[in-house]
Amino acid sequence: MANLEVSSLTLTFRGLAALMDVSFIVPEGQIVSLIGPNGAGKTSMLNCISGRYTPDCGQISLDGLDLLRLPAHRRTSLGLSRTFQNIALFKGLSVLDNLMVGRHHLMDTGLLASILYFGPARRKEDAHRLKVEEIIDFLGLSPYRHQIAGRLPYGVQKRVELGRALAAEPRLILLDEPMAGMNLEETEDMARYILDLNEEWAITTLLVEHDMGVVMDISDQVVVLDFGSVLAQGAPGEVQQNPEVVRAYLGSEDSHFLGR
Amino acid sequence: MRGKCGLFFSSYRAEAGLFPSAFQKTCLGLFLAALCACPLVLDTYHVSILNVILIAVIGAAGLNLLTGVCGQISLGHGAFVGVGAYASALATLSGWPFVLSLLAGGLAAAATGMVFGLPSLRLKGIYLAIATLAAQLILEYLFLHATALTGGSNGLALDAPQILGFSFNTDTRIFYLILAVAVAVVLGVANIIRTRPGRAFVAIRDHHLSAEIAGVNLFAGKLSAFGVSAFLAGVAGCLWAHYTMFINPEQFGITLSISYLAMIVIGGLGSVIGAIMGAVFITLLPELLNLASGGLAGLFPDMSASLNALREGVFGLTLILFLIFEPEGLAHRWRLIKAYWKLYPFAH
Ligand SMILES: Nc1ncnc2c1ncn2[C@@H]1O[C@H](COP(=O)(O)OP(=O)(O)OP(=O)(O)O)[C@@H](O)[C@H]1O
Ligand SMILES: [Mg+2]
Repeated sequence: MANLEVSSLTLTFRGLAALMDVSFIVPEGQIVSLIGPNGAGKTSMLNCISGRYTPDCGQISLDGLDLLRLPAHRRTSLGLSRTFQNIALFKGLSVLDNLMVGRHHLMDTGLLASILYFGPARRKEDAHRLKVEEIIDFLGLSPYRHQIAGRLPYGVQKRVELGRALAAEPRLILLDEPMAGMNLEETEDMARYILDLNEEWAITTLLVEHDMGVVMDISDQVVVLDFGSVLAQGAPGEVQQNPEVVRAYLGSEDSHFLGR
Repeated sequence: MRGKCGLFFSSYRAEAGLFPSAFQKTCLGLFLAALCACPLVLDTYHVSILNVILIAVIGAAGLNLLTGVCGQISLGHGAFVGVGAYASALATLSGWPFVLSLLAGGLAAAATGMVFGLPSLRLKGIYLAIATLAAQLILEYLFLHATALTGGSNGLALDAPQILGFSFNTDTRIFYLILAVAVAVVLGVANIIRTRPGRAFVAIRDHHLSAEIAGVNLFAGKLSAFGVSAFLAGVAGCLWAHYTMFINPEQFGITLSISYLAMIVIGGLGSVIGAIMGAVFITLLPELLNLASGGLAGLFPDMSASLNALREGVFGLTLILFLIFEPEGLAHRWRLIKAYWKLYPFAH
């Protein structure tokens, strides 16, 4: 159950508007894609939802709960998780520990308990380890389990970041260009994972992605941003035909999708 | 049994152990037994060096948790040690039992550390270094000028610690006390590092935005890193005060802060074994240089003054060479050596 509602959101940086009066809904169980040319404000939108940026005005709610009242770290326990456009792993930790950090908000071992370790702290570590292993299997990360995340190939790091977000057991996941910089095979795998986590684990997904083939294939709905405003939203087919969208994308690097 | 070509685990729990193989457990047991036997074979002077090393291990393990694991630099650690020393000394002088004084020293230092850790919420790197340097200077000033409490430059004298009527009044006796505390501290810090709070510390160090997304409260995380780290500094300070039985402000100056930083950098940032190796190295190096310059002075008596000056220079030079050729610390070299022998003779 997760229904994200963004209404009339405006965000400015020193007078320059990055987002202007943006409204859209991510219905429960759907994959909604947020697309738009470079600098359209997609990442800024995700940052507002996850708590990195504070919008000037407007509302964001998750299942009717006002997200903007909570600091970033408390939004996690409402069922919100995300990945970043540029890899944002804990470079010095193993893949396993990266995913274990993902479960931080689900655990409650305090300092004293952890110092003593034996007893409850140890049992909890073991239990959470089992959950993490499920995700490691799901994403095919077993061979890298104990390797230091910062030394892995780019494509694997992207998968680890998805794994860390999944480890938090989110109901809504925000993915910022999960396929960026990946080859065809890795892109297909990633698309498969997103479909699987949406269908099997019922995780509602807000996807930011430049790969229009993928976006059109896997999205239930598409929201198009341009210069901080919503240009169009609707089913992938409709959006693709929309003349305003066509105009906005003309000449941009993503324009090839129009010709499909 | 040695894990020759690798170790295989049949449960996640076994894999998560601090000392995964039986071989490691045995080695550690033997090492501890050898340590316990040290006072039987060493003379008092050498036992006293061991005591100083063990106290340094406690302080360095604490600083490594803050700086190596959580990424928050502190140039105030020497003063935090001082807070622990003075607080525990005052507690003992007003009649508290030693164990309570130890706790009081730790808690006083922890509180101080958390207050001076507040800037870390806004400052990073070199700016945080300057802010903690200010903490060091302010506290040093207080040690010197709050004469009613600290005795100012005259210092404070106290008696050897007693627990349940047993007085730890010789180097050998207090060695076992310090060893027990050091072992507990090392295990405690290792446990923190491998569980939830320690992972959160590393998360804060490596990527604070991601840490926040995972639900880590940066404010609470950084402050608790300062708290635990300064607590251990305070414990080291308490042991130091009760071991030397005399403290004055000079002992807790910026030099102490810097030598703690040198320990964790030389030993290896972020690991317990690094803190231990660094503490051993930094404490022993001047002793070895003493020996060497003493030997040389025997050969060239008229040069002893300049040899003394040279000693300081060689100390600095050694540190610089270590930073250049062993930038990841002794602990890293140790891991490489272990990995080499595990695969021997098939290493490439
Ligand atoms: N922290 C910031 N300070 C100032 N301006 C910012 C900041 N973050 C974003 N902006 C501006 O807001 C606008 C939107 O940026 P944003 O990163 O959201 O775009 P995007 O749609 O994610 O682009 P891309 O496809 O390149 O990732 C840009 O003009 C950018 O310069
Ligand atoms: Mg972006």
